[in-house]
Amino acid sequence: MIDALTEFADRLPGMQETLYYGTLDTLYMVLWATVFSVLFGLPLGVLLVTTERGGLTPAPWLKPVLGAVVNIGRSLPFIVLMVAVLSLTRLLTGTTLGPTAAIVPLSIGAVPFFARLVETAVREVDRGVVEAAHAMGTRKSAIVGKVLLPEALPGLVAALVMTVVTLVSYSAMAGAIGGGGLGDVAIREGYQRFDDHYLWATVILLVVIVQAAQTIGDLVIRRVSHR
Amino acid sequence: MIEAVDLHKVYPVNKRRVVALDGVDLSVEQGEVYGVVGQSGAGKSTLLRCVNLLERPTSGRVVVDGRDMTALGAADLRRARRRIGMVHQHFALLSSRTVAGNIAFPLENAGVPRRRRGARVAELLDLVGLGDKAKAYPAQLSGGQKQRVGIARALASDPAVLLSDEATSALDPDTTESILELLRDLNRELGLTILLITHEMDVIKRICDSAAIMESGTFLESGKVLDLIATPGSRLASSLFPLPPTDAPDSVAVTYPRAYDEPLMSELTRRFGVDVNILAGAVEQVAGTSVGRLNVQIQGERRDGALRFLTDKGLLVQEAGR
Repeated sequence: MIDALTEFADRLPGMQETLYYGTLDTLYMVLWATVFSVLFGLPLGVLLVTTERGGLTPAPWLKPVLGAVVNIGRSLPFIVLMVAVLSLTRLLTGTTLGPTAAIVPLSIGAVPFFARLVETAVREVDRGVVEAAHAMGTRKSAIVGKVLLPEALPGLVAALVMTVVTLVSYSAMAGAIGGGGLGDVAIREGYQRFDDHYLWATVILLVVIVQAAQTIGDLVIRRVSHR
Repeated sequence: MIEAVDLHKVYPVNKRRVVALDGVDLSVEQGEVYGVVGQSGAGKSTLLRCVNLLERPTSGRVVVDGRDMTALGAADLRRARRRIGMVHQHFALLSSRTVAGNIAFPLENAGVPRRRRGARVAELLDLVGLGDKAKAYPAQLSGGQKQRVGIARALASDPAVLLSDEATSALDPDTTESILELLRDLNRELGLTILLITHEMDVIKRICDSAAIMESGTFLESGKVLDLIATPGSRLASSLFPLPPTDAPDSVAVTYPRAYDEPLMSELTRRFGVDVNILAGAVEQVAGTSVGRLNVQIQGERRDGALRFLTDKGLLVQEAGR
């Protein structure tokens, strides 16, 4: 055991550069995919709640359409989704290789995931509070902006953390088909070249990233939760 | 101040029709406290929510402060609602906002500039006795304090009318007392018209000028509380003063619609030579007047004359067991 650890420590300086750029690529992919997830997933999740019958903006035709779109996105295994959207990726980024290209399938995979979580969080908001807002003559846009979203904020932050964690794991998969990042390092150096040290190092780094996301998220949730 | 004419509300539930309101006429005068009392499922809540159009009545008209609510478009309805305060059973405060933020909410809706909002919020906090709680979050408050915040919020935009949806039903008796007192004070000092619904007779007794008893979507009786008490066979009177049933012979239920200085009972025995035996009784403050109800056994040859004497004095006399 001690021998193995010493050997691992000796190898670290040599692996440093590869691991460093791998981590940067992973963070880059996850960050941008998170941005797009929020940009598209947040409104989608809110609409999933408000368009239902008896909701804020009932739209009996739109709700099933949105639901179907989200379900299709959710039912595809990520690795299949990545391949399926290759042509779209090429259209948007000009390439199908590298971290920037990976952002496209990552975002497409995470938007429906985040949207469902947003839907759940927004649905948790006390109906009585929404009704009180109506009774006070509040505009619908203000009910979304000043009631639904602030009241759901702790749940939304939790949803965001979950999405980030999922994106970290997706991004590792993206590495398998040339997306770059830590997943790429683990597959190429660890799996294909039988270098266990790379494998361990990437495992440790991935765990640290996920742990950091969760810890920061929990801190934020504690700050914004006043229940 | 609030006029509802022939309100009907029917909900379709699984192809069946559930009638929540079945022809209700409601008339609340400027400056009075009007209580609608009834069991749950009687339609009280639907009635209240039809007043500010949270529920749209299936048919009938609602006029609040001279404005026909049922005829308003969405934007006008929002404006009209800002003149109708509402207090909720479960407070319905925003957990994400401080006390001050909650009270400021309706002011933001009305487009009151930030600086004026702060002053108004401070004023309202003082009014409900929570001057030191501005920065607290609702979760840090007791039920009674939360309801005070709810009331302050409802008053923020200077409403002409306050609707109270079981405002005290989630509170303990002492807190209920203090919230009712606050509502009564607001009614007196600001001339605020209050329409409240409750399942507690006690609320009617303590603060209402007028009342209606509701059952199966209709008013069984309605009017000034004191008039109702003086009406023979009033359900309100017997609910306010529940007396144990008696099968003692020759007994009558006597209702005092006001306090009397004269010693009526002793006068009865003196003038008519009857025997008077008080079996049960209750005296309460209702709408600011002492009102009482007695079960009395009156026996003697001139019993009829004695009963007539009481009736002439303005008391309500009913043969028991009838």
